[in-house]
Amino acid sequence: MTDRLGDRIPAAPEPTVETVGYWQAADSHRLMIGRCRTCGEAHFYPRARCPRCLSADTVLEQAEGAGTVYSYSIMRRAKVPYAIAYVTLSEGPTMMTNIVGCAADDIRIGMPVSVVFVESDGGHRVPMFEPAVIVAE
Amino acid sequence: MSIRNQACIAGIYEHPTRNAKDISLAALHGDVIAGALADAGLGKDDVDGFFCDSDAPGLGALSMLDYLGLSVRHVEASESGGATYLSQVAHAAEAIAAGKMKVAVISMAGRPRADAAAGGVAPRPFPPSTPDLQFELPYGAELVNEYALAAMRHMHDFGTTAEQLAWVKVAASHHAQHNPHAMLPKVVTVEEVLGSPMIADPLHRMDCCIVSDGGGAIVVVSPDIAAGLKRPVVKVLGHGEAVKHQNGGRIDLTFSAAAFSGADAFAEAGIVPSDIDYASIYDSFTITVITQLEDLGFCAKGQGGRFVADGGLISGVGRLPVNTDGGGLCNNHPGYRGGMTKIIEAVRQLRGEAAPQVQVKDCRLALAQAMGGSLGTRHAAATLILERH
Ligand SMILES: [Zn+2]
Repeated sequence: MTDRLGDRIPAAPEPTVETVGYWQAADSHRLMIGRCRTCGEAHFYPRARCPRCLSADTVLEQAEGAGTVYSYSIMRRAKVPYAIAYVTLSEGPTMMTNIVGCAADDIRIGMPVSVVFVESDGGHRVPMFEPAVIVAE
Repeated sequence: MSIRNQACIAGIYEHPTRNAKDISLAALHGDVIAGALADAGLGKDDVDGFFCDSDAPGLGALSMLDYLGLSVRHVEASESGGATYLSQVAHAAEAIAAGKMKVAVISMAGRPRADAAAGGVAPRPFPPSTPDLQFELPYGAELVNEYALAAMRHMHDFGTTAEQLAWVKVAASHHAQHNPHAMLPKVVTVEEVLGSPMIADPLHRMDCCIVSDGGGAIVVVSPDIAAGLKRPVVKVLGHGEAVKHQNGGRIDLTFSAAAFSGADAFAEAGIVPSDIDYASIYDSFTITVITQLEDLGFCAKGQGGRFVADGGLISGVGRLPVNTDGGGLCNNHPGYRGGMTKIIEAVRQLRGEAAPQVQVKDCRLALAQAMGGSLGTRHAAATLILERH
């Protein structure tokens, strides 16, 4: 499987009143995580109540958009194969995503990746990750 | 209070069908409930407790009680996926110990093959308002690639190999050849598993369980009821249940909630893993078995691949006989739910009623382990430890 991943159009996310801010941020190419102003901890996915301390004082915070691949799998039983993955963000939380912009065989656990925002099927853009640009030595 | 020795499993029934195109969902429940009661030597009017999952037709248990004409004084319609029934055995034991009932029926049934053949589209499992799904469905998350995420990380951290995963399926197929009801009774080799189509790396088609129609039921009774029955009964010794989830993004896919449910169950039973003569381990995928064997303490974390390799799970030759009915990989996985058949085969082993070729000699202590949900996102685990009476 040497095809470049990324031709698949993701299903449109279905936000709730609680999460529409996250998805609107994605439309403007910003990846958000949740941050609790009571305990200071980051979490993903962002939510109205902190999963560490149950405080309701949570805010969206823009993430750097950099991370490493925690795990991945290439879905072959699909019209267009795609790579599901967990990426651990530099801020700490790990999020589910897709890896795009490379060949399936090029993905490795631990690989540095950076966020891109992919148009969905008629809805908000979806944060995905591609291999981080390696600065030539 | 403990449920240790507070209740017995007195009746079991596994529906023989694997394709229920001519049997309604309600009728499947009726078949397995009548079968389990007959197995126990009890009648409809003896039943005073009823347990089902959220797939049972109607609101909770109401429609099934109406359909069967049952009058009960204890009802539970609960949901932790394939782990539901193991928890319900323990919850029934708790209610029996509290004097709330004496004879409980736990029923499950499903007909996903028949529903698909009838043109039904697989229902979306949860409504969009489910808080986590909008962060997963756009990425094409399904059960198989979520479990694959766990398998991939297990291989990375511990050196687990595709061959070792395949041995779980090979062992199941060795057992299934002796089960006349098994959906896939043919023995397969490691090479055949590795040669089957890749579904979601590293899981091949043969690393995945089957989809079947059918179901099963269990009768749980108080010790005084059990004393008056002719058939051999099985004592409930210990239980644990736990949920593991994404923990706000602190994700570790290398272990399951079985680490918690197993520890609780062994503590309540007062035994250790090496005491277990037979184990039913939920096998939605091959990685599910390896992870749970480690978490239950049958081997050290990371050693599950080596534990299952070279026939490690084959009855009579391996380290631990596991899923001697052929499991969900080869025998039966009704309604996408594995827990019921796990309990049933453990009871068969303790009664000496497994297929002769796979019956464990002098089987005294058995463990049943199930998982509901997804190893890759969030799941429930439940452990039951059972003893021959
Ligand atoms: Zn907090």
